[in-house]
Amino acid sequence: MFEIKNLTKRYGTRKVLDNVSLSFKTGTITSLVGANGAGKSTLLSCMARLLKQDEGDVFFEGKNIKEFKNAEIAKRVASLRQNNTFSIRLTVRELVAFGRFPHSKGRLTKKDDEIIDRALDYMSMSHMKDKYIDQLSGGERQRVFIAMIVAQDTDHILLDEPLNNLDMKQSSSMMKILRNIVDETKKTIIIVIHDINCASCYSDEIVALKNGKLMIQATPEEFMKEEVIKEIFEVDCKIADVAGNKICVYHNCENCADDEGKVLHSHGCADCADKPL
Amino acid sequence: MDKLEKTFDDSQAPLEQNKTQSPIETIEVTSTKKKKTNKVLLKIGAFFKKPYSKLVICSAVLAGVMALYLFYGLLGLPREIILFDLVELRLMPFAAMVLVSVCVGYSTVTFQTVTNARILTPGVLGFENIYMFIQTFIVFALGSAYMFLISGTENFIISVVAMVVVAGLIFIPMLTRGGTKGVFTLLLVGMILSTFFASLTTLMQYRIDPDEFLVLQALMFPSFSSPNSRIVLVSAIIILVTLLFTPSARRMDVLSLGRETSISLGVNHKFMSIRLLVMVAALVSVSTALAGPMMFLGLLAANLSYQIMKTHKHKYTIPVAILISAVAVFTGQFLIEHVFTSPWIIENIFGGRSITVPIAVMINFVGGIYFIILLLKERKKAK
Repeated sequence: MFEIKNLTKRYGTRKVLDNVSLSFKTGTITSLVGANGAGKSTLLSCMARLLKQDEGDVFFEGKNIKEFKNAEIAKRVASLRQNNTFSIRLTVRELVAFGRFPHSKGRLTKKDDEIIDRALDYMSMSHMKDKYIDQLSGGERQRVFIAMIVAQDTDHILLDEPLNNLDMKQSSSMMKILRNIVDETKKTIIIVIHDINCASCYSDEIVALKNGKLMIQATPEEFMKEEVIKEIFEVDCKIADVAGNKICVYHNCENCADDEGKVLHSHGCADCADKPL
Repeated sequence: MDKLEKTFDDSQAPLEQNKTQSPIETIEVTSTKKKKTNKVLLKIGAFFKKPYSKLVICSAVLAGVMALYLFYGLLGLPREIILFDLVELRLMPFAAMVLVSVCVGYSTVTFQTVTNARILTPGVLGFENIYMFIQTFIVFALGSAYMFLISGTENFIISVVAMVVVAGLIFIPMLTRGGTKGVFTLLLVGMILSTFFASLTTLMQYRIDPDEFLVLQALMFPSFSSPNSRIVLVSAIIILVTLLFTPSARRMDVLSLGRETSISLGVNHKFMSIRLLVMVAALVSVSTALAGPMMFLGLLAANLSYQIMKTHKHKYTIPVAILISAVAVFTGQFLIEHVFTSPWIIENIFGGRSITVPIAVMINFVGGIYFIILLLKERKKAK
């Protein structure tokens, strides 16, 4: 379980994280949302030991994350950043095999091979396991990296915008896979995500940041409210119930908002095409 | 047959794939003989694709070149002359070349892993310019009376220590910042310092006596012709001690995935980078002080190694890079000592004049062309 206590991080004089304290529930998907620059990625980086915070501490299973050995924590927590570029040429399977490094230190056993193949299967990448990474599309690349994380077989997974570069179909299947991982294996996944509808449909809990401050930690039900989203993103929106999910419509038309600021139509609606701005 | 050859060229495809989906099966083979030859060819192809066999082949080539260097022109001579020639004339250059190859191959591959760039060599940190600065400073400050210092062990040790210290100063940003930013700062500071030392060197060279300048000029090009045996021994010791600190090749493999991924996989990226850079500093300093600046050798060796081995694994790329630099150095030295001095070449190609070609000119010529090819390739990839 991750626990954040009074975390503060500054870039220069700007506070990107401002005294953030919260704890993440085990065995759930938690989505970190917020506007650009709200500090979501910074928070995740601090948890993944990629950044050093200026003040405060990150606790994992009750123990300060600084006290863990690198090799030890790599068996418990895996993290993935947005841009993963490297200059070497690897096949899909070779990259996924790196996920076993914390466990086998590079000497792959039969069991490791089985886990690698299962991870490839899980992400339905088995058929292209001998392709080179640089021959893959953005979505396929993303899936390979997730497969590596799956092969690492940690109980906590931190993902920074896993839906980056993914189209509608791929992002929904990615979220379904993450949901399955949590439901089947009781792992804990914490993701940074921009699409709040995705967060609403697939996560157990939503954590919202604004200007480095923690705004709300709530279930999707509680979070998906017009006034909450207005406060966090400064965007007018309308929440609708679609097939049991709360969906936020924010591509609205400013012209035909009524007196209370409630949105009536989507952008470019025919009603107000003739109206002057 | 055309299609068949294509499958052989496409060495990225592993053997299993060849068997199941290769175009070979689509070719209508009527005679069983053809099928058999195909199978044999496939087997041979598979053998050459194994990293281990490639390693063996590279070693065999090196052994051949080494033997050529050691024994050329000695066959049929009396035993005493052979012994004298080997021990007195060829042994020390031989040892120096082996040591320099180890330094260049190891340091370039690990440096490229740390910086995550395939067109960099440790040379960008300015080791060569610091070396030339020290040599020039000795001549400039002490004058020709102390010229003997230049070839002495003292000068060697001073140069190595100075290069390691300056490199250490450049590494401080790495210690404080870490990560990709640290690497960029390191490269920028290195380039600025190397230009700074180069300018100071040029300034001093303008001021010194032309005769003294000639001595310096000889140092600007690497040479293996007459190394001091004590210097060779000291270098061998420094190199061996440095190599004791080498991290496991598998950790280096993880490091080449970049900072974020290696931290997630439990490798201490900052510590590993610093450790490798300090090793690189020691190795490059020794090789520069031993044989002079070798600009393109490392680039050539490291990239050819990646190309031949087609793997990211350091347990293959480092040894092969060392083997390739040794092949390059020994071939170059052999050409200089025996081929370019042969009467036929002098008569027909050099037009009757005997020309001494420094080995650096040859290595930089080949390496420079290869560098341009690499740049063009990278540009294509970026598009």
